[in-house]
Amino acid sequence: MGLENTLFESLPDVITVKLDAVVNWARKSSLWPATFGLACCAIEMMNTVSSRHDLSRFGAETFRASPRQADVMIVSGRVSRKMAPVLRRIYDQMPEPKWVISMGACATSGGVFDNYAIVQGVDKIVPVDIYVPGCPPRPEMLVHAIMMLQDKIMNESVKDRYDTFEEESRRSIVPGTLPVTEGTALEKETAIEVEQNKTSRPYTIPSRHERRKSS
Amino acid sequence: MEYVEKLKAENRDWVADFKETYGEVTIYVPREAISGVCAVLKTAHGFDMLADLCGADRGPEEDPRFEINYHLLGTRHHHRLRLKVLLSEDDARVETVSNVWKTANWHERETYDMFGVMFDNHPDLRRILMPSDFDGHALRKDFPLRGYEPYSLS
Amino acid sequence: MSTAVENLPGEVEFLDQPLESQMTLSMGPQHPSTHGVLRLDLRLDGELVIKAIPDIGYLHTGMEKLFEYKKYQQGIVITDRMDYLNPLGNNLAYVMAAEKLLELEIPERAQIVRVLFCELQRIASHMVWLGTSALDLGAMSVFFFAFRQREKILNLIEAASGGRMTPSYFRIGGLMMDLPAGFDRRCRQFLDDFPDALDTFETLVTGNTIWQSRTMGIGVISREEAIDWGLTGPCLRGSGVDLDLRRDNPYSGYETYDFEVPVETDGDVWSRFLVRMRELRESWKIARQALDRLKPGPIKADAPKVVLPDRDDMRKHMDSLIHHFLIVAEGFNIPEGEVYHAVEGSKGELGVYMKSDGGPKPSRVHVRGPSFINLQALPVMSEGEMVADVVAIIGSLDIVLGEIDR
Repeated sequence: MGLENTLFESLPDVITVKLDAVVNWARKSSLWPATFGLACCAIEMMNTVSSRHDLSRFGAETFRASPRQADVMIVSGRVSRKMAPVLRRIYDQMPEPKWVISMGACATSGGVFDNYAIVQGVDKIVPVDIYVPGCPPRPEMLVHAIMMLQDKIMNESVKDRYDTFEEESRRSIVPGTLPVTEGTALEKETAIEVEQNKTSRPYTIPSRHERRKSS
Repeated sequence: MEYVEKLKAENRDWVADFKETYGEVTIYVPREAISGVCAVLKTAHGFDMLADLCGADRGPEEDPRFEINYHLLGTRHHHRLRLKVLLSEDDARVETVSNVWKTANWHERETYDMFGVMFDNHPDLRRILMPSDFDGHALRKDFPLRGYEPYSLS
Repeated sequence: MSTAVENLPGEVEFLDQPLESQMTLSMGPQHPSTHGVLRLDLRLDGELVIKAIPDIGYLHTGMEKLFEYKKYQQGIVITDRMDYLNPLGNNLAYVMAAEKLLELEIPERAQIVRVLFCELQRIASHMVWLGTSALDLGAMSVFFFAFRQREKILNLIEAASGGRMTPSYFRIGGLMMDLPAGFDRRCRQFLDDFPDALDTFETLVTGNTIWQSRTMGIGVISREEAIDWGLTGPCLRGSGVDLDLRRDNPYSGYETYDFEVPVETDGDVWSRFLVRMRELRESWKIARQALDRLKPGPIKADAPKVVLPDRDDMRKHMDSLIHHFLIVAEGFNIPEGEVYHAVEGSKGELGVYMKSDGGPKPSRVHVRGPSFINLQALPVMSEGEMVADVVAIIGSLDIVLGEIDR
């Protein structure tokens, strides 16, 4: 966790350049996506994984259900306001290095739905690396996006990625601000906290991930 | 048409008005009578499925403002019927029909969430589609399309 | 390595009274087996489910509000995204509701093509259902076989309309465009190969004893309960109620086709599964009949103020150009009235309640999504089942969150 960061920072550039090539090749060739299929784009994502356009040729061998085991989060589908804090929480649980592909028009910018219920672009919540337009994008477009991401990864440097320490990523979500069902104990706690001005209904505090150099 | 006659035969007050357009029969039922009408239609006339329960907003200047439509379907005789209850804005309450058809539960929750119509004696009336701390009722005509606050994370 | 009690170190003590036997597990919105963003609050006693409370709204898109701000023909695009596994079915329900209000008469070729595409779409939707529910229960290869068949159908839909999953192919008054050349041959090719694929599925899944023991007797709902909870579609027919809107409230010429409605009486996951597998065969039959009946003819109704003219006409004749401009720019007015039209979607009764106040935009559109109602019966079906069976029940309900949350 902390060792490799300090190690990489102390190495001279001539060594890290060679190390970059190897490490980036390893990272780009085994990008495991986290299942974050929300709506219609999720079905196109399933089509991309199935046998005709086979995504595991590109290293996306398995879609991990647990975000702690995933590298890339493909946000496929419209993100409603109720779902947004959940999205942020899943993103924060992913360990570095992590990337985000915003698949489809709804994830990129709200899409067809410019109204009260949909977040107009998932980049209001998480930092996005690749945007894929389309409604829904063809599977070949998603494959192209993964390939573009692989190119982007090749240009990164090992010094750029910081792993967040455990408590900081836990603190980056204010507890009790996920949408709760009425009448549960958690809602009462939230009401108390809002009253005491401990939270002003934020969903998360921007964490160190935003400050990384390569993006 | 026949159901209108049958309902009128049971109780004169149950049918306030009826219309027959586009091949469908619509019966306007006064608010107090709705659960009686529904119970009778289910038991005696075979409308054992409530296909849909939806609200509609006529606009803030109209009175009565809200209408609740009940779409009934009989699984044996395959007839459809629509019941309509008109509600004014200051007293938007109506009796629940979830003890007649259990499926009305979520329909009524959705109508409450979207329009603010209260259903008396509903077992669990709370918001279903919007987050529970959402302000306002989304499908009312005076609620703007883009909502009130732009979304921001902090 | 033996795990008998005597090998444990001395500091570990055993609790005589377990702490509490009930646990609330939130099967959260991000979950591989919930078929979308559904959150289930499960009250568990060990592995036994005492109560399962669904929490929806994580995909709420405000579509019903959006309809009120879009002209009638613009609304067709939004209906695609509702039940995104059955977009042509949604299109059909919306378009037929508007046509009912306008009292339009649809030409025969358009009706036949509509039936053909609805049945192809039903097959495609059931392929996703089969693939994902088998995947949830562990049969992974079925997923790939099912999506292979789905790709073929998506090719056909894309050939006709340009969009794989969001075709918006039906218009108020008919179809968007006529079928392309060679469609007949490609469709026949698919329909000829499909029964073999169905036999593969029967071998892989239906005849599999593991599948049978995982699905028989699970998630039972009785006939009266099913009607009371408003279930429709294969969920209702799996409980013994013989109701199919294609036969009982026919539309778009369905009364002239020869098909059977499969019904099973047990009301468990296995019966719903059997109903859907048989429905695949029936849909195949209907699609075959529709394809054989196709004759050349007009595909749009004769209503120049509502239906866009041919592009050739538009370039040559002044009145067609004016009509085209007015329809696209201002929309057409639908007389005041309200209508509820229900079609048999792949999940159940898909109804559209459309209320118009005489303008170019509807005053209220409400979509009765079958998955919304079917999900309501989930607590009833899963009380007393094990946690692993809840996954099987959700798979058998075939829910699509886009339709539930709209």
